[in-house]
Amino acid sequence: MFPPRQDVLRLMPEIILSLSGILLMLIEPFLSGARRTLIVTLAALGSGLALVSTIYPATLPGTAFSGLLRIDGFSVFVHVVVEAVAFLVIIGSADYLDREKIQHGEYYALVLFATVGMCVMAGAAELMTAFVGLETSSISTYILAGYRRDVPRSNESAMKYFLLGSFATAFFLYGIALLYGATGTTQLARMTFPTTPGRERLLDLGLGLMLVGLAFKIAAAPFQLWTPDVYEGAPTPVTALMASGPKAAAFALLLRILATVGAAGTFWFWALWVSAALTMFVGNLAAIAQSNVKRMLAYSSISHAGYILVALAAAAASDQVELGVAAVLYYLAVYALMKLGAFIFVSQLGGESERHMEIDDFRGLAVRQPVAAACFALFLLSLLGLPVTSGFLGKFYIFNAALASRLIWLAVLLAINTVIAAFYYLRVIVVMYMRQPNQTWPPAPMPWAVTFVLSIAAAGTFYLGLFPGRVMALATQAALSLPGR
Amino acid sequence: MSGNLAQAYAPLLIHLLVALGLSAILLILSSLIGQHRPTREKMQPYECGITPVGDAREPFDVKFYLVAMVFILFDVEAVFLYPWAYVFRELRWFGFTEMLLYILILLAGYVYLWKKGALDWNPSKTQRDRQT
Amino acid sequence: MTPQLVIFLVLAAIAIAGAVNVILQRHPIHSAISLISVMIALAGLFLLLESEFIAVVQIIVYAGAIMVLFVFVIMLLNAGAEERTNMSRMARYAGVPLAIFLLIELAYQIGAAALSMTPQPLAEDVTRRLSMLLFQDFVFPFELTSILILIAILGALVLAQRGESVPAKGGPKTIT
Repeated sequence: MFPPRQDVLRLMPEIILSLSGILLMLIEPFLSGARRTLIVTLAALGSGLALVSTIYPATLPGTAFSGLLRIDGFSVFVHVVVEAVAFLVIIGSADYLDREKIQHGEYYALVLFATVGMCVMAGAAELMTAFVGLETSSISTYILAGYRRDVPRSNESAMKYFLLGSFATAFFLYGIALLYGATGTTQLARMTFPTTPGRERLLDLGLGLMLVGLAFKIAAAPFQLWTPDVYEGAPTPVTALMASGPKAAAFALLLRILATVGAAGTFWFWALWVSAALTMFVGNLAAIAQSNVKRMLAYSSISHAGYILVALAAAAASDQVELGVAAVLYYLAVYALMKLGAFIFVSQLGGESERHMEIDDFRGLAVRQPVAAACFALFLLSLLGLPVTSGFLGKFYIFNAALASRLIWLAVLLAINTVIAAFYYLRVIVVMYMRQPNQTWPPAPMPWAVTFVLSIAAAGTFYLGLFPGRVMALATQAALSLPGR
Repeated sequence: MSGNLAQAYAPLLIHLLVALGLSAILLILSSLIGQHRPTREKMQPYECGITPVGDAREPFDVKFYLVAMVFILFDVEAVFLYPWAYVFRELRWFGFTEMLLYILILLAGYVYLWKKGALDWNPSKTQRDRQT
Repeated sequence: MTPQLVIFLVLAAIAIAGAVNVILQRHPIHSAISLISVMIALAGLFLLLESEFIAVVQIIVYAGAIMVLFVFVIMLLNAGAEERTNMSRMARYAGVPLAIFLLIELAYQIGAAALSMTPQPLAEDVTRRLSMLLFQDFVFPFELTSILILIAILGALVLAQRGESVPAKGGPKTIT
């Protein structure tokens, strides 16, 4: 009756994250005065411990809780990505929250709970579990998006995210219901192609609705309309979280469905193809027109979802999903680090109430703050995909997977988009390095916490760009650990 | 619906039909037979017998929302207790432990709400000081 | 026609009419009341499927608690009759046709699939089976819902509790 001890050990990261979230929530009302150090330390400790405890699921692969969760190399890889994101976001938020005078324990508790949801999504082998995980991560992020309660923009962001997100979740849930109707199970592994006529269309319909729900979460066109407003209005560290964590988790869920349910690959292929092409163009073309850096990065994150979708389409196209899956996983790690770095940097440079977010505010940053400017330039170049940076190798693997699956056109579109993207990334770099500063405000100091996060992100960007071997081996191993179709 | 369940719920259906039918008949009868002489006073909204002041539609305090929200959350918690109680004996210690864990987690939320003063209609001065 | 079919048709008609009415009504309160009738009709439908527990939950949680919240929010916002706006071009030429297409597609496919299915005899004690499933096989998502409720508590307080309780304009409403 009781689940075996291994099952609990396999869930160690989730348990630690939940407990530290609950602890933070409990001590919050009892604290007064000098609370910041304690709260941030606890939150960082919780997420750090969770990251370390991922060793348990890594060494104990298998299914847990009557097959609801599947702990394999794949889920462990995604676990590490989202936990690292949570850890870095928590440390990177502290100074921002101080400046905005919203330094509360609740913020960190919500980040930790959101991470629990993402971890569950990464490991879910059953759709109801996946749904509860999705809700846990989404609802926490809705609240976090509106955390600057007195700022109308932040309210707007939370409101739009919540309304559209709920619609997307409803689509996902309806999809689950139809899949259950077609196959009589919610276990992904048992969803075989139904033989009864009529039911196979039900299966397709269910898969289609689920794809709509998840496409919203990863901001894939044509379900990307919410992204710029939500990302711009949310507190910038929260934007950093939203752009990297939940997106990785939603991609993980998509991949697992794609790899486990046989019908998904064939049925989704064209939808993924078209969506990938659309998403890249929509994101990149709109990003060119932006004058606000935060908004530009939001559009850039749409285009990156498009790049990852190319790899997904590649995984759906061929019988050997490993190449595509490994490319997605590698890119998720790469993307999380550089995007997180870029957003945390912007959150610090924006100053009080995020006043300095225009590209023009970055004029001559190389003169005012040379180290910080170099760091930001690195993230931008990596987002662009320049050699030596991780973005290049990430794109290379996606390219490789696309060509291996004979998706020549999609690969060509990816190349074209990289050229388009060069325009707006380089423009910011030009403004930072080749214009004279004319700001009237003093340079924003970089507190040690932000410096720490930025150095880790920068180091990771270099590491993944120069020595892909180990991480790529892990990604391939993770891809192979998925149950074959 | 199998025989047993249909029999069990037939009284409910009859009750519903009678209630609906009776209220419909009463409404129709009173509008047909009754005399209608509306005056200005008669058409005013009823407010405990005193002269109504201002518009009936005023924005409510956000506290009402908070109470309703907290009510729903613990209502959902309570709903899970019904099926649990139904199979409590079969599940033995495992059932007890899992529900204990569930309730303990929610207890943390309750303590948080309490200490935050969300359950006080008028927060005391100390709590107000703490929040600012 | 069996009595079950009659009851089903009546309840389904109430549910659909109520749902359409929710959208057509101009005043949010009228929409909310319409929604209650949808919930109750749905509860009846669940009862017809012998899911007593789900039917009761539908009444207690949805028709009871959630509708109370809806009404409170409507009063909180002091939402009056809504103004009709013309649909945007996008909604009129892309949204509406797509929504109608989705509706037809879903209705057609589910209908077709339902025709190919043979009715299965129901399990002896549905509520008992549901409970055993929920508390044995699905322990994990069940425990996770407690975290979900905690998140909702946090969210309600973070977003709705004012640091210093600022009374709404004109002071809090007293109930007479």
